[in-house]
Amino acid sequence: MDFKDSPEEAAYRAEVRAWLQANSQPRQRADQVFGEGLDDAAKLAAAKAWQARKAQAGYAAITWPKEMGGQGGTAMQEVIYKQEEAGYLVPRMIFENSLGQCLPTIATWALPELKARHLAKGLAGEEIWCQLFSEPAAGSDTGGIRTRADQQGDQWILNGQKVWTSGAHFCDYGILLARSDWDKPKQEGLTMFILDMKAPGVEIRPIHQMSGDAEFNEVFLNDVRIADTHRLGPACGGWKVMLSTLMHERLAVGGHLPTDLHKRLIDLARKCRWNGKPAIDDARVRERVADAFLLQHGVELIIARGLTALSKGKAPGPEMSITKLVAAKAMQDIASFALELAGPEGALSHESIGQDWHYMQRLWLGAPGARVAGGTDEIMKNVIAERVLGLPGEIRNDRKAPFREL
Amino acid sequence: MCLPLPNFQDVTVNFDFSDDQRRLQDEVRKMLAATSTSAEVRKVLAGRTAYSEPVWRKLIDMGAAAAAIPETYGGAGLGYLELCLVAEEAGRHLAAVPLSSSFYLAAEALLKGGSEAQKQRWLPRIASGELIATAALGAGETYLATPALRFDGSTLNGKAAAVPDGIAAGLAILSAGEDLVLVDLDSSGVDRRALASLDPTRPHAELNFRDTPAERLQGGRQGADIVARVLNGAAVLLAFEQVGGAARILDISRDYSLERKAFGRQIGSFQALKHKMADIYTRNELARVHAYYGAWALAADAPALPLAAAAARVAATTAFKHAAEEGIEIHGGIGFTWEMDCHLYLRRSRHLGQLIGSEHAWRDRLAHELIEEAA
Repeated sequence: MDFKDSPEEAAYRAEVRAWLQANSQPRQRADQVFGEGLDDAAKLAAAKAWQARKAQAGYAAITWPKEMGGQGGTAMQEVIYKQEEAGYLVPRMIFENSLGQCLPTIATWALPELKARHLAKGLAGEEIWCQLFSEPAAGSDTGGIRTRADQQGDQWILNGQKVWTSGAHFCDYGILLARSDWDKPKQEGLTMFILDMKAPGVEIRPIHQMSGDAEFNEVFLNDVRIADTHRLGPACGGWKVMLSTLMHERLAVGGHLPTDLHKRLIDLARKCRWNGKPAIDDARVRERVADAFLLQHGVELIIARGLTALSKGKAPGPEMSITKLVAAKAMQDIASFALELAGPEGALSHESIGQDWHYMQRLWLGAPGARVAGGTDEIMKNVIAERVLGLPGEIRNDRKAPFREL
Repeated sequence: MCLPLPNFQDVTVNFDFSDDQRRLQDEVRKMLAATSTSAEVRKVLAGRTAYSEPVWRKLIDMGAAAAAIPETYGGAGLGYLELCLVAEEAGRHLAAVPLSSSFYLAAEALLKGGSEAQKQRWLPRIASGELIATAALGAGETYLATPALRFDGSTLNGKAAAVPDGIAAGLAILSAGEDLVLVDLDSSGVDRRALASLDPTRPHAELNFRDTPAERLQGGRQGADIVARVLNGAAVLLAFEQVGGAARILDISRDYSLERKAFGRQIGSFQALKHKMADIYTRNELARVHAYYGAWALAADAPALPLAAAAARVAATTAFKHAAEEGIEIHGGIGFTWEMDCHLYLRRSRHLGQLIGSEHAWRDRLAHELIEEAA
């Protein structure tokens, strides 16, 4: 047990550092983000330019084989790259779905000519992809999809609605799961397609989130035509394709806490006064500072264990499944307590009370989303209970019946 | 809502035990599964013996108990990482032995604060199991308000109110005001009284001293500094016992929930119990990684040890208490019987959680470290 890279990892890290230094700008402030001051179109153009450079150097798909535009590297090298990149002003959340889910799915399931047409462009950021699985009636229960895909000759006609589609408003293509057979049980009647987001009949509407942002969209499909060549995997084989898509997401372990929340809590507690004394001297506050550290550092350490397994060429252990559950709830609890430090004034918006409070207020408003996104706390607990502890699955009445009868 | 990967300065990529260390753990686990059985633990529970001699003998003979004592003093000369894994197994199998008294506390106090002569005189006897040693290093939390022991440079007077393994021990290291004092308990003027403990598998005693010959622990360091260092190490080692115990009671409860049926189903299929067990698992795994981090800091003697030890102490104490309490709840009525082992884990969680100060004292220590660090 030590806290060091192996010689090979250290060499790779040095190589990555040198490339990043030559090609990007390090962050000057902890909360500085890519493209500050640019409008959306200019930011997107800058992001695409960055991704093209990254792909040129082979860092867009480190673990992919060289002949597919990757580096033929290890999962650990990918992690090292991400760790190093985190200190630089690079775009976030624009290419994640392309690289993490959609392109690997294309690489596995698409026809050769479509791979040739899309993979290189996707890696270079020329085309951006989104994932269209969730629907109003298919959230935690992804098998409940009701978007119809009706075959007509060598085409499919799609009708229905998708929801929570990240980035649909700037994406070029998407992978979409639809119901092609209503007489089969729910998971057996689904088919996966490539959707051209600019095709006639595709309508994208932003979702106004409770946090005030609009990162997600509703996507409506009205008689959208998709060529059968753009089917991914067999007709009615969509569930298996979807599982393979989500497998690729395995290492992208969603939703970590920022690692410095206890420091931000300490900082605010120094500035607040409780009964005339600095709040940081109050035993109740100190207790919460300690608990905040235990949760966020615990998540970091669990990820460190997962990385250790990767570094040794093994699969990360089952404990990785608790990170998102712990991180999202901790974010909510820590932010909630931080706001309480200021008493009645803590209920004022940061615009009124001061910029010091901006970060924690954003976190507090974002936390309910973090607890739901990528699996609600309750779904995550079922996953832990069933897959890690080996407890029985839920009793269900929807496994065998034809979907139209549910 | 995807936030970036953690930003370790120098990235942690080797945060686990080595294959050799895991093999040692496996051996200890197999040995304890065979010897530290429920029936054996219950001999100590019933007060028929002060500790389990067969289990103690095996832990000594394997070189497991003395893993962290250098070979020059008769130990196995392995290290703290190995001792941590031994501790995890001791906790998992409720080993009713003076491992913490003799090895986490007394031997460590000697190693960190003893003179060369003191180390040579006592450590080989502790390592060989010939002598059981114990330590009572004082705590900030108290009810009995026993006056401090009085040490005049050569004799000791007064009372040590609750000394773990105080009946079985032949040597004690005690806080006496500013001093750390070493007492041969076979000397004249030592009077021992067995005390009833909430965990009778880990017995305590009151020790009374009347002009008892004693000597100062000669380390050239301030007593308080040695105490802090010993307690930090003990916090990590005890955390491993707690993590082992918490993992075991979860296993036992999970297995029972798969056997027991109610309302026509395995009770483990009810979401209320599935989520309860997922919660236990979650806390256990958080405690485990904090214990691992503590193990690293202890083995590396890292500046982060005070912080890492406090974090391990709090996380593991809360996890084991929670697992033990909820383990009984999962069992239902049968879990409340003397015959089931559930209460042995509950009792052990109480003992381990208070032996070197409660989670509350350690949480405040953790907060102190964090606030200092942020200053």
